[in-house]
Amino acid sequence: MGQTIIVQDLQKRYGDVHAVDGVSFSVEQGEFFGILGPNGAGKTTTLEIIEGLREADSGTVEVLGMSPWPRNSRLLPKIGVQLQASSFFERLTAREQIRTFASLYGIPAKKADDMLSVVGMEDKAGTRSEQLSGGQAQRLSIACALVHEPEVLFLDEPSASLDPQARRNLWDLLRAINDAGRTVVLTTHHLDEAESLCDRVAIMDHGKILELGPPAALVRGLDSATHISLAAGTLTVPAAQELAGPDASVVDDGVSLTFATHAPAPLLTALAERNLLTGISVRGATLEDVFLQLTGREYRA
Amino acid sequence: MTPFRSLSRAMLLGFVRDKSSLFFTILFPLMFLVLFGAIFTNQGVSKSKIIQIGQVAILDQAPGVGEILEITKQNDLAAAQEEVRKGDYEAVVRQQGDRYELYYSAADQVRSATVRGVFGQLVGQANAAGVPQRFTLAAEQVEDESLKIIQYVTPGLLSWAISMGATFGAAMTLVTWRQKKILRRLRLAPVNTTTVVSARVGASVAIALVQTAIFLGVASLPLFGLQLSDYWWMCIPLVIAGTLVFMAIGMLVGGLAKTSEAAAGMANLIVLPMAFLSGTFFPLDTAPQWLQTLSNIFPMKHLNQGMQDVMVRGQGPASILPELGIILGFGVVIAVIAVSLFRWDDV
Repeated sequence: MGQTIIVQDLQKRYGDVHAVDGVSFSVEQGEFFGILGPNGAGKTTTLEIIEGLREADSGTVEVLGMSPWPRNSRLLPKIGVQLQASSFFERLTAREQIRTFASLYGIPAKKADDMLSVVGMEDKAGTRSEQLSGGQAQRLSIACALVHEPEVLFLDEPSASLDPQARRNLWDLLRAINDAGRTVVLTTHHLDEAESLCDRVAIMDHGKILELGPPAALVRGLDSATHISLAAGTLTVPAAQELAGPDASVVDDGVSLTFATHAPAPLLTALAERNLLTGISVRGATLEDVFLQLTGREYRA
Repeated sequence: MTPFRSLSRAMLLGFVRDKSSLFFTILFPLMFLVLFGAIFTNQGVSKSKIIQIGQVAILDQAPGVGEILEITKQNDLAAAQEEVRKGDYEAVVRQQGDRYELYYSAADQVRSATVRGVFGQLVGQANAAGVPQRFTLAAEQVEDESLKIIQYVTPGLLSWAISMGATFGAAMTLVTWRQKKILRRLRLAPVNTTTVVSARVGASVAIALVQTAIFLGVASLPLFGLQLSDYWWMCIPLVIAGTLVFMAIGMLVGGLAKTSEAAAGMANLIVLPMAFLSGTFFPLDTAPQWLQTLSNIFPMKHLNQGMQDVMVRGQGPASILPELGIILGFGVVIAVIAVSLFRWDDV
């Protein structure tokens, strides 16, 4: 498998702000790659430099063996970009939108209509884009990005402002696109999205990549405690502490009795022996824990 | 479909489906045509109403005085003066021997000046009555009898309508496409900037020609009675050139403005004063000389001029060439500035 995208030591400054500060990574052909980070981490700028919308101050980008800057009309037909906002022509129907975009790449109308059914929008073909729901608009915009069958698809926060159903629905669509052999690069600040979709993720903050690897490996590397919860009052706190051992912490907040331990197996066995497993919930660390540990918890608008 | 055709189509559909832009480009200028048609159907100044007390020889003997003055005869001077003071009449006149007395109100200076002028002449004529007449005056209108205000108003309103349509079309497209990231999307597609711009030009020219057809159609209705001269079709190159120059102005506005509200404001700020100063609604003949000179820096002035020459003044096709050249020259200069201000993105 070849390298679809190679990014080396990318730098971009806006005045005093170091938006991208020495970013390097590569994306394999057919990989689903995620760039995570809080708002203002530099992920959108990084993506825009790779897409060829901005020029890097220094560093090199290679997409499919070509440089995206300056505007490279041999590369453009091979990449598909779905933009953050739903960028549609005003007052056109879904079918008219995708046919217009298709014509820019010399793709016939028939194929554009087919792409509409690939994303499950054939019954909304006659609806104006302004009247589509958030999920439908997002599907249409992905269809417009895919209509010329690009080798690489870039998605910038595709599930922002979607309801949970629409989000799951979109994930299925993105998985199918990736399974068809396309390389997909997405930015998101939804950790569950990255965990569920991406083969590898890069966690960015302050313009730098802090961690890079498969989500599961990042979570395991965190070595955080496993949380086990029971209904409050199942055990008294001292009894629970005795059961869990001195290394674990025990909290009863009146709703749940929660253990946090690095050795969940003996504790679970002990609870099972006392027949206390009813209503139990066990939660390991998630990508969110990794993310928060890396980027801190303070709020940034 | 080629990118050019599909983009023009997308822009035209977007325009046709937008009720408010349809209204402002097509119906709004027509509304002005109707208004101007109605206001100016009765041309000329109405007669001055005066009161005559007793016998006044110069009025009774002067022929044709009834065309200028509407004379009411009364006997009471004081009551008549009171009526002038109230503004019902322009003046009171009476004769005391060789002396004519004219009482007028200072409230309406224009009208009282007219009445004084008329009487000055009448008295002058009466004094010269003994001298043999050497000169006579024959006054005649230069245009043929059918010429009405609609002939003057239509070319001006049409060039205004086209300027508005082209400026707003270009400015709005640029700003909303930038805001909605369509420009960015187009930049990521293998399509030439030239193709995108010419698609917009194609759409705007098509809209302008439809505007022209509807406008001339309505103005030619018997109700308005526009009569086009032989080479009226030479207004088509003018319409196209006007569309180009005002699209360039729209591009300039679209390059400067960040929001569509700001773009609409700026476009109005440019086009509306220019329309007044270019003699679109009212002729500039009575304006001060410096203003008439100034008006030459506006492309709309030349558009108006060319339109009037070929549409109603019956001038030949070659007469518009200088105006056409000036308009296109403006277009090139403004387009160069607009290109330098062009931004793909907000940041």
